Amino acid sequence: MTNHIDLGTVLRQTLSASLYSNLVTRPTGAAVRIQIETMLAHTLGQGQALIVIDFSHVSMIDFSCADEIIAKLLMSHVAQGRESYFVFRGMTDDHWAAIETVLERHGLALVVERDTGVELMGVLTVSERRAWDMLKERGRLALADFPADVNEEQDLVRDALDALWRRRLIMRSDDMYVPIGDLA
Amino acid sequence: MTTVIKLPPSLDEQTFEQVLEQVSGVPEDAKMLLDARHTKWASPYGLTALLTLGQARPSRATLAAPDSDETLSYWSRANFFYYANELFDLQGVVPKRASASESSVLLPITPVKGSEDVHEVVGHIQQKASQIIATELGIDPKAVIGFAMTLSEVCQNIIEHAGQGGWVMVQMYNWRQRLGRRVVCIAVCDAGVGFRKSLESASHRALPDRWDDAAALESAVMRGVSRFRDPGRGQGLAGARKYIGRWDGKLSVRSGTARIAIVPDWDSDAPLLEQLPYFPGAQIEVTIPERTKR
Repeated sequence: MTNHIDLGTVLRQTLSASLYSNLVTRPTGAAVRIQIETMLAHTLGQGQALIVIDFSHVSMIDFSCADEIIAKLLMSHVAQGRESYFVFRGMTDDHWAAIETVLERHGLALVVERDTGVELMGVLTVSERRAWDMLKERGRLALADFPADVNEEQDLVRDALDALWRRRLIMRSDDMYVPIGDLA
Repeated sequence: MTTVIKLPPSLDEQTFEQVLEQVSGVPEDAKMLLDARHTKWASPYGLTALLTLGQARPSRATLAAPDSDETLSYWSRANFFYYANELFDLQGVVPKRASASESSVLLPITPVKGSEDVHEVVGHIQQKASQIIATELGIDPKAVIGFAMTLSEVCQNIIEHAGQGGWVMVQMYNWRQRLGRRVVCIAVCDAGVGFRKSLESASHRALPDRWDDAAALESAVMRGVSRFRDPGRGQGLAGARKYIGRWDGKLSVRSGTARIAIVPDWDSDAPLLEQLPYFPGAQIEVTIPERTKR
């Protein structure tokens, strides 16, 4: 199930005045996040949910809003053990300046959709980064038939893939790991 | 008896300390006349801090307006007298409030009390001033987003910590003598509880052995400490500091009896000043200089 959330639309729906196009201030961020949670309520207990958060119609986001929306959304879904997989679309360098600071503060990472494909951005261990690159290159990875030419310790890669899945940065279906963005 | 406080010819962040030194000896309920007749120039900090001084005094002071027509005109275009009229007994003839279209000020003095005010301020800068800032400072128009973000965060400092409203103003200058470049200045001032009391209200965290206004400023500005339990809090000023550093800018924050500054190479200001005359709330100045060609 894919859920497309246009942040610009949510912002206008959330604030009483429709004049604002900027995601600024903590109260605004909290209101937008609550609105998103309401929109995603139907995914609770429904298994895997793919959620595209679209920044295309947002001109700017500040640190406080980025913390309220992105950090709290990612952390709460992981803490609840929900199988929510977020992909961030339409994110520019302007948005990234605030978001990067927030991710670093909380040790978070997220999946960003670019013209060239999907990327993992934020705080990742070296093993997680290597595992992600390997997964992206191969499209999907099954631990059962792990390639013999891989130099890494198999346990290390398995742990890193599992960590990425627990952080909801990749999807897992049975013994198969798949990048999220490929399905968005 | 009325105590006369002489305002300096040039009223900015540095010279405002002279005003506070004079005010510090005046009892709160004493009559006070702020004499601005010989003041020729004022920065956004000077004007917003002057309003804050009026806000902080329990008894209404008198303000003698500048003699110079040019200065009067500028202070009026900056909305100063509009708000000063609520806080001071104005002495002298002051011009009527200029319409927004007449004003050459990037952001005239604007009260900040709630989240919607921050939206207005950021929206104004994006619509009216982003092209000017980009052209005059020689920065990529996209980088103005970072400027608006910084403005948003310093304004939110009032909402989060002051406990009452404050003011913001943005203006551009040519600092020919001081820097040989143009600069854009943001000033955000309030007379609220200040950083020390704000952080003291956090019951979940023990205060360090050395605890005063300077320590509170170091905690909040340098280490992103907040009074809230939420680990996401306190990023605003830290993030603004990062942006300001990227653009070789200067950030200074005064609260209580101390002032901390992130000082770029082009300035010789002290990074930390202590035992200043007490002034309630928080006063923030951000200065972004024109980019030099490399």
